[in-house]
Amino acid sequence: MTSFVLQAKGLSRHYDGDGVRVRAVDSIDLTVEHGEAVSVMGPSGCGKSTLLHLLGGLERPTAGELWLGGQRVDQLSQTGWARLRRRSVGFVFQAFHLVDELSAVENVELPALLVGVGRRQARAKALGLLERLGVANRAGYLPDRLSGGERQRVALARALVNQPLLVLADEPTGNLDSAATAEILRLFAEVHEAGQTLLVVTHDPRVAASADRLLTMRDGSIVEDVRLESGLSRLALLAQVAGWEP
Amino acid sequence: MREAMLALLAKEPAHGYELRQRLTQALGPIGEVLSPGQVYITLSRMERAGLVRGDHVPQSAAPDKKVYEVTAEGREHVASWLLDLSWPKVAPVDFHLKLVAAAATGLADPVSLIDAQRRDLLRRLRDVQHLARDASADEDAILILEGTALRLQADIKWLEACERRWTTGRSS
Repeated sequence: MTSFVLQAKGLSRHYDGDGVRVRAVDSIDLTVEHGEAVSVMGPSGCGKSTLLHLLGGLERPTAGELWLGGQRVDQLSQTGWARLRRRSVGFVFQAFHLVDELSAVENVELPALLVGVGRRQARAKALGLLERLGVANRAGYLPDRLSGGERQRVALARALVNQPLLVLADEPTGNLDSAATAEILRLFAEVHEAGQTLLVVTHDPRVAASADRLLTMRDGSIVEDVRLESGLSRLALLAQVAGWEP
Repeated sequence: MREAMLALLAKEPAHGYELRQRLTQALGPIGEVLSPGQVYITLSRMERAGLVRGDHVPQSAAPDKKVYEVTAEGREHVASWLLDLSWPKVAPVDFHLKLVAAAATGLADPVSLIDAQRRDLLRRLRDVQHLARDASADEDAILILEGTALRLQADIKWLEACERRWTTGRSS
C-alpha cells in the first residue's frame, strides 16, 4: 500500500449562483502522508471547512481527483462514500454531533457495530478508548450530562473506534474553555504519537501549533504549506523562551 | 520607528516635516505622540550613520530646508528590516509601521510579511507547547511556558486582524 493516506489533485468545489461563480475550494493539490498531523488555518470563508468536507466525502468536488488510502474516491456514490467513511474516516466537529439518546459508550461503539464488529467486542473497544481518553467514568452518561470537554473526548473516541486511516477535525476546540482545550490538545498529541494521521481545521493558534505541518488557505487556495518543526535543540528553545536569543 | 522613517524615505525623499506627516498619517491618532524633535533627532542620527543623506534646498521666502534621501546602505537596511522575523520586543505599532512601509515602498507584500510572521510565531508556540509537555513535573517551568504561550497566542490572533486590514478590497 502507498504511504499516502490522502492525495488530492486539482480538487475544486465551485458554486454557481446569481451569475457569480464562487470558488469555495479552487484547484487544490495536497498529499498527506501516513502519520502526519496537518493543521489548516485561514480567515473565515477561505474554504477550509469546505476542503475538510470534500476530503471526508461530506461534499462532492465539482472538479479534480481524490484518493484515500490508494483508492480513487471522487467518483464514489453516496452509499459508497458512506461505507468508506465508516471504516476509513473519523470526524470530530466543533459541535460534537453526538447522538443525544445514546450514552457515551453507545455513541462510541455505534460506528464499530455499523461495520459489523460483534456487540461484545465493540463494547470492549469503546470502553478501552474511553479509558484511554480519560472518560471511562462517564461511559453510561447521556451527552447532555457531560461537560464540553468530556463530550469532545467521547467524540474523539468515536472517531477512533474503527482505527480510521484519517481523522478529520473541524474546529475541535471551538466550543471548549481553555482547560478543556489543553486537555483535548494533549489527547490529540497522544493519538498522533500513536501513529494516527490527522487533519485539523482551526482558528486556534494552540491547535494549529500542535501539528507538524501548517496549510494556510485564502480564497479557496492553499497559499502556504510549511513544516512547523523548528529543529532547535532543547537548550536553544529554553534560551528563546527566556528571551536570551542568540 | 527609525526603520519605518527610513522606509518612507526609500519611497521618496522628504524633509523632516513631510516625513512626520507621513508617519502620523500611517498611525492615526497614535501618531500625535510623535514629536517633531524626535523626527529631527532620528534623521540626524541616521545621517551620521550613513543611512540617509541630507541636501539643503534653498527656498525663496523661508530658510533653506533640508531634504533627506536614503543611501544605498540605508536601502539595504530597510530590506533586511522588512524580512526580519525577530519578535519578542516588537510592539504592535512597530509591526504596523513595517506593513505600511512595505506597502508604500513596494519592497515587500504586507500579507506575505504577515504570513511569514505567523509561521514564525506558530513555530515558537509549537516549541513552547512541546517544552510544556516535557516539563509537566516542574511547576515553575510550566508557569513560565504558560506565560510565553499566552503571549504568542495573543500575537498570532492580532496578526489575523492585521491580515483583515491588508486583505480588504482584495478578496472577492
